[in-house]
Amino acid sequence: MSMDRRKFLKIAGISSILGFGASVASATHTIWQKGLYPPQVDKNKEALTAKRWAMVVDMSKFKTEEDVKKVVSACHQTHNVPDFRNPDDSVNRKDEIKWIWQASYERAFPGQDNKYMSEHMKEMPFFVLCNHCDNPPCVRVCPTKATFKLADGITMQDMHRCIGCRFCMAACPYGARSFNWRDPLPFIKNVNKTYPARTKGVVEKCTFCSERLSEGKIPACVEAAPQGGLLFGDMEDPNSEVRAIVSNKYTIRRKPDLGTGPAIYYLIGGGDHA
Amino acid sequence: MKIYDGGKIFLGLLVFVAIATFPFTFNMVMGKGTKTPEPKTDTPAIQEYEKVNGKKECVESKEFMRTEHMQLLNNWRDSVVRDYNRGYMSNTNGKRFNMSLQNGCMQCHSNKKKFCDECHNYMAVKPYCWDCHIQPEEKEEAKS
Repeated sequence: MSMDRRKFLKIAGISSILGFGASVASATHTIWQKGLYPPQVDKNKEALTAKRWAMVVDMSKFKTEEDVKKVVSACHQTHNVPDFRNPDDSVNRKDEIKWIWQASYERAFPGQDNKYMSEHMKEMPFFVLCNHCDNPPCVRVCPTKATFKLADGITMQDMHRCIGCRFCMAACPYGARSFNWRDPLPFIKNVNKTYPARTKGVVEKCTFCSERLSEGKIPACVEAAPQGGLLFGDMEDPNSEVRAIVSNKYTIRRKPDLGTGPAIYYLIGGGDHA
Repeated sequence: MKIYDGGKIFLGLLVFVAIATFPFTFNMVMGKGTKTPEPKTDTPAIQEYEKVNGKKECVESKEFMRTEHMQLLNNWRDSVVRDYNRGYMSNTNGKRFNMSLQNGCMQCHSNKKKFCDECHNYMAVKPYCWDCHIQPEEKEEAKS
């Protein structure tokens, strides 16, 4: 049997096309051919929706240490946030995972404090959490799109995609992100079986309870706070409670000059003390 | 055609094939390699479902779930995390299912060891679902 070069190339070309075609066909054979795409998915009917979720924090409503603790533990219990402690029961700062926590005025609003401000203001703890910025630097730096912006303004993350590079932690000016240095599971006291935990090597933060919103519930922290302490609503809705407060009263945001457009507003001089 | 030292070459080849396929033939003879996994779908929740609905059914057909569940779960995750979608309309039975591993799948398939691990161990795949997701509680069964 003899074959000239021209014939050989012809046969080789045709067979490679056939082979490639067959492999493509077998790869796409599966779900696509069974008519399952696009999948039929929908939202829950009771889901809460908004154009721009935002929160107003009024610390004057928190009277006791207990009120404050309740909010933090409600959030951390709901989301399986581990509690890392040193042998002497102090918080282990290196491993600590925070979704919502407290900071002093000076820490929360650096540059906006002065030495003559009231003692009360200086010492009052402020709730700080992810600001769900309009222009979040964490989303910009994430190399895998593990963290991203939802249409309703929430800065969300997909733990499956997080590679633990911690660029987002460096980028976030609010320190809202925590890295899992260790496997958190053994450090979760009461595991919430309806919510996943995280694994070693991913970054996590507040999600504005997006999983609760889709079930028609308000965020866990808002639920646990005293009446009016934390307000949650649609900032783009002119009739919403949060909008009314931000439009009519004096609120400040954390580090607004950075241009991130935080969506957590702090009501100053609300309630009992001016 | 004459092969020089044909006998030696073929003997060598035979020995090589015997050694190379030893792990497979050994397991076949010992009967370990032929034991097929048998995932169990006999949890209380599934039995209850069968009693009420008269049959066992999953999100999609058994055959589809067997080959495509990983794809399905991947798509569910993207849909839930990125688009707030929670309901999945089955193409097999037209029912709406909650797109969730912990609050969906595992509510029925509460027997992770006998359902998930049975095949995953056989296929030597190690999905990392349970690094984060909370496993359903299972009684420690005596090793059979």
